[in-house]
Amino acid sequence: MKGRTLLNHQALSHTLDRLAYEVYEQHTDFENLAFVSLQPRGVELGERIVGQLRKLEPNQKILHGKLDVTFYRDDFRRREEMLVPSSTEMDFSIEGKEIILIDDVLFTGRTVRSGLDALLDFGRPKHVELLVLIDRRFSRELPVQPDYTGRIVDVVQEERVKVEWSKDNANNRVTLFSEDQ
Amino acid sequence: MTKLSTKHLLGIKDISREDIDLIFQTADNFKEVINRPIKKVPSLRDVTIANIFFENSTRTKLSFELAEKRLSADVVNFSASSSSVKKGETLVDTVNNILAMKVDLVVMRHPNPGACVHLARHVDCSIINAGDGAHEHPTQALLDAYSLREKLGSLKGKKIVIVGDILHSRVALSNIFCLQKLGAEVRVCGPATLIPKHIEALGVKVMLNFREALQWCDVTNMLRIQLERQEIQYFPSLREYTMQFGLNRALLEDLDKKDVVIMHPGPINRGVEITSDLADSEYSIILDQVENGVAIRMAVLYLLAGQTKSTP
Repeated sequence: MKGRTLLNHQALSHTLDRLAYEVYEQHTDFENLAFVSLQPRGVELGERIVGQLRKLEPNQKILHGKLDVTFYRDDFRRREEMLVPSSTEMDFSIEGKEIILIDDVLFTGRTVRSGLDALLDFGRPKHVELLVLIDRRFSRELPVQPDYTGRIVDVVQEERVKVEWSKDNANNRVTLFSEDQ
Repeated sequence: MTKLSTKHLLGIKDISREDIDLIFQTADNFKEVINRPIKKVPSLRDVTIANIFFENSTRTKLSFELAEKRLSADVVNFSASSSSVKKGETLVDTVNNILAMKVDLVVMRHPNPGACVHLARHVDCSIINAGDGAHEHPTQALLDAYSLREKLGSLKGKKIVIVGDILHSRVALSNIFCLQKLGAEVRVCGPATLIPKHIEALGVKVMLNFREALQWCDVTNMLRIQLERQEIQYFPSLREYTMQFGLNRALLEDLDKKDVVIMHPGPINRGVEITSDLADSEYSIILDQVENGVAIRMAVLYLLAGQTKSTP
């Protein structure tokens, strides 16, 4: 299966750097900030962004939680295959904090909607922002917009965007697959 | 696998090892949920569940009800004492009437073995067996095995003895099926009068000497003597039963058993099958069993409800 490469590992690495710096530009108070990545695919991205910020601010403790939204989805009993939940690891309070929600691809906006519901079960944050690597513009089914975007792509409904991560980051890439691929 | 192989949970006998693994995996997630400040998820908000109890229950009923509420399901409760069963209505009619009020899942406890199987054949909805006579109590066996797995890791090759009134116990039968499917070796121990005939056919060895059984096992599951089910006297006196089959600290120390795991499905008769101090000791996982009961029942309800389709 061969698709069209949207971002190769080099371009992706620059994009990650830029995203981290954009967050850094907006947020200086790390005490009151927490990153929450959506399971399963937002976590790889979240770890890289947070890793980058930890390099920039080595003396700061940067909070990073992982949130599974399976039980909050709006398509339970409406889809053929049941989804297997991933783990949730939120070992800090989000009460009054500024939260940056992270996912890899923003498509219909439904996962982010579930993510917001799931997040609010852990407390009342002061402010929530959304960071995504790929924004599939024009595919939204709910009014959700990102605050930090890696790359905006215009693709039709049937196409799939796949983000792949490798351990050493040498084979990271974002690929577009069309319907018949 | 993401789906159970069955539409109902009638007994452990009918489900596969993969089903058990899927239930455990899902229960892990729910265990995290019930330890949050807000112990609730909205998954089953469009599902209505009827808890139909034709027999008394405190723990199981409460556990199911909490599991249902923590999944945001609507719950209706029904118990035999306040029902039209006394007016002569049949089981199938009673349940069909409840289903006509748009109920999606039925959790049932019944004094007759096979009542849930009968119901599953005649009504059109998912049935969860919460205990049918001396037959099966699948969610209890699942939570027992889940609690053990949490304590010991894999159950493969582990030695488990079930002690007490095996004859009247649905917990014993479901536990045997469940533990064997997970690779454990199960034996039963109790007065000969309370061991069912031909139980060896299930691959279970019978031990009549509790001391030997305790020496052999990694885990001992102490059942309650169910006096309410015993229509004749099976042993001379409770005192004699306690002397022969009761678990106490002196016995454990005498056998030098330092890492035995003690389980009990509740309710405990303190001082009969187990002494009070052991029930509350570091060996005991009795309260873990209760906590895990809610997570296991949430997993079963979630997985079965996921197979029913929402009607817009």
